[in-house]
Amino acid sequence: MLIEFFLCLRKHGVPTSLTELLDLVNAMERQLVFADVEAFYHLARLIMVKDETQYDRFDRACAEYFEGVEQIDIASSIPAEWLERSMQKHLSDEDKAKLKALGGLDELLKTFRERLQEQQKRHAGGNKWIGTGGTSPFGAYGYHPEGIRIGQDGSNARRAVKVWDKREFKDLDTDEELNNRSIQLALRRLRKFARTGALEELDLDETIRATSKKAGLLDLQWQPERHNAMKVLILFDVGGSMDDHIFACQQLFAAARNEFKHLEFYYFHNCVYESVWKQNNRRHTEKLSTLDLIHRFGRDYKLIFVGDATMGPYEIAYPGGSVEHWNEEPGEVWMRRLLNHFTNAVWLNPQLREHWHWHHSIDMLHEIMGGRMYPLTVAGLTEAIAALLKKSAATGLSVE
Amino acid sequence: MTRQSFTSTATYIVAEDLSLAVNAAVTLEKPLLLKGEPGTGKTRLAEELAASLNAPLLRWQIKSTTKAQQGLYEYDAVSRLRDSQLGSDKVHDISNYIKPGKLWQAFTAEQRPVLLIDEIDKADIEFPNDLLHELDQMEFHVYETGEQIVAQQRPIVIITSNNEKELPDAFLRRCFFHYIKFPDADTLRDIVQVHYPDIQKQLLSTALEVFFDVRQMPNVKKKPSTSELIDWLKLLLAEKITPQQLQETKQKGGLMPLFGALLKNEQDVQLVEKLAFMARRRDGS
Repeated sequence: MLIEFFLCLRKHGVPTSLTELLDLVNAMERQLVFADVEAFYHLARLIMVKDETQYDRFDRACAEYFEGVEQIDIASSIPAEWLERSMQKHLSDEDKAKLKALGGLDELLKTFRERLQEQQKRHAGGNKWIGTGGTSPFGAYGYHPEGIRIGQDGSNARRAVKVWDKREFKDLDTDEELNNRSIQLALRRLRKFARTGALEELDLDETIRATSKKAGLLDLQWQPERHNAMKVLILFDVGGSMDDHIFACQQLFAAARNEFKHLEFYYFHNCVYESVWKQNNRRHTEKLSTLDLIHRFGRDYKLIFVGDATMGPYEIAYPGGSVEHWNEEPGEVWMRRLLNHFTNAVWLNPQLREHWHWHHSIDMLHEIMGGRMYPLTVAGLTEAIAALLKKSAATGLSVE
Repeated sequence: MTRQSFTSTATYIVAEDLSLAVNAAVTLEKPLLLKGEPGTGKTRLAEELAASLNAPLLRWQIKSTTKAQQGLYEYDAVSRLRDSQLGSDKVHDISNYIKPGKLWQAFTAEQRPVLLIDEIDKADIEFPNDLLHELDQMEFHVYETGEQIVAQQRPIVIITSNNEKELPDAFLRRCFFHYIKFPDADTLRDIVQVHYPDIQKQLLSTALEVFFDVRQMPNVKKKPSTSELIDWLKLLLAEKITPQQLQETKQKGGLMPLFGALLKNEQDVQLVEKLAFMARRRDGS
């Protein structure tokens, strides 16, 4: 029985291993909980999940596991497009009052299966068929006091009673958006590398200790230098479509400021051309030419672009494509110049990864970046930093 | 076997899932890793658990410079060197210079103790890995004397983390994990009642409203936590602020009395002031 549960957890991406399964079996054998599903839920979560960011996945797995095997089969056989939030029906209090519960869960499941057999097409709205945004008890994003949810991101009506269906830890999943603290935690990974990579210095305490251990024979000890030598250059896209993401960018900037002593930043708009600037209100008077940027900062700087990369393709590919001024050379040329110099570079994109393929310009920049474009989420930032570090290790060998 | 179960005490309110977590960890002899917002009572839990089991509490406070070895034992080579130059007799026995750490103390304690490893995320990233074997097998070797220290009984290990660093998988696999949620209004009311049994109902509910308002304000840098709430209530009581006064400032907008206990960041204070100012202007016009 628990094997199925275990497999269900793994299917939902909870990284649990055999050790945890054995622990759980042991806990059940010791009768820590008995015939109490909710207590079992808490116990299983305690043992199987090791990070609060995984709680949401665990809740989803539990929902699937406990809702019964038949329903899983039905739910997974429904085409995903049916469940897309196509419409949102606003119900008045009067409407809600009209709706009455249809009896117990078994009753619902039975009716659900019957309806599913009758139903042939995608359905939205209405009050009988399974679909989205309706008042039938089956489907998602609708309202019914005793509804069964299928593949729904969050409840509109907040009526589900099961603990795991509340999914209280939803916002802790790593693919969610960032806050300042989580950014700092992610950026800290960049610092760790700096410590191990820097030069070695004499460790006085350890030397004294080692020398004493050898009864006075001098024994020199060395340790890695501890200050953060990481150098970071961030180029922010500002204005236009970036206004929607200004909060995320501010958070990233604040966190980076705290984390790196050697931090430089400049702004650009949509794509990098022949100049960048430091103050947006004086962007037309105080510019720094991109060539100067390349000459001023050494190759050891890690370059991070932050932008949604959402623009017309000609803004990247053609001379004069910029929406703001006449550019002699296309943005792509400038991007490649920067990337030739700063071999450790990544692009952070505040757009959701699922939306990337909607914009041709994102594909183009993704290609120019050599695939090093990551979403501006905790998980994306972690990937980006891993890419920055991996790259630097490789080129560090070949350059020196 | 007898099962001691850990529940809310007269001085400490524990949520049901947390009490299950503690009992499971005690019964199955696994370390319990606790995470949660600062001020949700992670450290308090170990103290209360020790008190309720009548067990000694060994607290190992981790800092950025703490090494795993310090929890086992330390060999004070420098004082041995000094003693050898002074010609002391102690110098011939190396065990005079071995100082047992918290783990050693926990392993050799007469009664099954509660060992609190507090804020494990403060230490170097390798720290948890260095403790893997010791926490798993509950034994370690003292190289200087050739002794093998084996636990008489497995201590109850409570580990807290503020999530500043990620802990290695191998380490996590050996622990039970529980994330302490921020308590909801009802639990908070219980907690406050435990600390201040004779607080007036009205003052408490107004104070809780103000408190949750602040927590829900967007962009607050340091959200006040349970311990800040309790400090603030203490001040409210000491200053004899009446529920009416509190209600008044809440309605009129403006900083709550004794805001320093709730808001620990000057930008947050400015933010609350600004929001209050905007609310007043909106009401005025």
